[in-house]
Amino acid sequence: MNLAGPPKLRIENVALRFASRTGAPVTALENISLDVADKEFSVIVGPSGCGKTSLLRLVAGLIEPTEGTITLDSRRISGPGKDRGMVFQSYTLFPWLTVQHNVEFGLRIAGVSAALRRETAQRFIAQVGLNGFERLYPKQLSGGMMQRVALARALANDPAVLLMDEPFGALDSQTRSLMQELLLDIWQASHKTVLFITHDIDESILLGDRVYVMTARPGRIKEMVEITLPRPRTVEMLTTDAFMAIKRRIMHSIHQEAMRSLAIEAPST
Amino acid sequence: MPAFLDAYLAPKKDIPRRAYLTVSTLVASAILALWCVLSYGEMVRNDFLPTPDQVVTAAISGLNDGSLPLNTTVSVTEIMSGFIIASVFAVPLGILMGSFKIAEAALEPVTNFVRYLPVSALIPLLILWVGIDITEKISVIFIGTFFQQLILIADVARGVPQDLLDVSYTLGANRRTVVARVLIPATLPGVMDTLRVTLGWAWTYLVVAELVAANKGLGYFILNSMRGLFTDQIFLGIMVIGLLGLITDQLFKLLRNWLLPWAAA
Repeated sequence: MNLAGPPKLRIENVALRFASRTGAPVTALENISLDVADKEFSVIVGPSGCGKTSLLRLVAGLIEPTEGTITLDSRRISGPGKDRGMVFQSYTLFPWLTVQHNVEFGLRIAGVSAALRRETAQRFIAQVGLNGFERLYPKQLSGGMMQRVALARALANDPAVLLMDEPFGALDSQTRSLMQELLLDIWQASHKTVLFITHDIDESILLGDRVYVMTARPGRIKEMVEITLPRPRTVEMLTTDAFMAIKRRIMHSIHQEAMRSLAIEAPST
Repeated sequence: MPAFLDAYLAPKKDIPRRAYLTVSTLVASAILALWCVLSYGEMVRNDFLPTPDQVVTAAISGLNDGSLPLNTTVSVTEIMSGFIIASVFAVPLGILMGSFKIAEAALEPVTNFVRYLPVSALIPLLILWVGIDITEKISVIFIGTFFQQLILIADVARGVPQDLLDVSYTLGANRRTVVARVLIPATLPGVMDTLRVTLGWAWTYLVVAELVAANKGLGYFILNSMRGLFTDQIFLGIMVIGLLGLITDQLFKLLRNWLLPWAAA
């Protein structure tokens, strides 16, 4: 990747603290720094409760960091914006809009003409393989289809960075594999800058150029693993030796971490 | 237990539509049959329980002298006026209350206080303040429904998933757009359901509304019939109210499916 010049997205010394119900300060994230290069696919993998979703919401501008700064194209992030499109783990399609109008939503509020909106939406609906489903409402779609529409809706806005918060987490494993392949295809064609969050190690290796391993309580980045597997990638790679070697390394790292947090939780005897 | 019944006794499982209709018809017929047995069999005094044909006769004479349509029109006017005025204020205020903490802080304590007051306890005040004409009746319906609607609609707005708003921000929406294009549409099915339920409640306040200084209306008709022990007329009044309630409820259901096909049951 292009290492010269400033990174696309830069997270610098970010901490997130809030007061718990008892008033005691809770540190959700501590000393997080990472750079995402232009056209790079970065994945953050970590156990539940490590604050990875909070980190993504900070980048989206939905919450503010207690310390540190986040910059996109050298401009400081101070709130949500359409330059950072997001796909959520929960189903977030607008139930009152058809597939077509869901995908058009961002363009519509940006004041794009009806003709251009329709054409753009058509292109992304086709890209996620949902031709012929334009007029259906979300409740008529399966979970996998809803996430495809959510992806098309985010992409139709042409964001500078695509943020994905465990988008396939609620899907069954077969559908998840299909969605991973779809995302790989789309990324291979568009080379969007992506920041992707998951607890699934296979998923992180299969998709990412870089995988950041996060630790819990407080959330910190423990390690960055460069994924050197060749592209384009397919799910068949999941069983190769190279894949396994990376997986062992990440599993070991996460396992150490899980043991450490278990030790913290266990009553001291 | 006989084997054929087994399929009908599984919790939350569908049963054939024919079986469903059969059971509904059977129960309704059983009630009607019980009424016939008790009244025609003279097991209950006739001035306590009229016979079905007496109620039909009362209906026919009410239709002939025009009193039944008149009373019905008056009551429907009162109910719909009170209900519509309540809804016009409760829907926007409820959405505000459920979406903005500052509106909740301002409105919720007062609402929860008034909500538990029996409407009948407010009648003396209403008479002093608005008099005894139709305004008083509409006010009773308004008070009976408005505060309930407010709380229920606030809950509907509160139930709109935060992720739905957040995703809109990441698509470039500002607060105004989020409220107008996301929050409000997202509340519509719940708002329609609340209106449907509270319209039913509005009907239950009818007799209370027509307790004071009424000379027309179904509630008045029932109260007045009691004085002469005309139980056939009391039954008639009750049945018309029940029937109108059933009709408005079904209309609301149709309206909801027609207006909000994306949320149809």
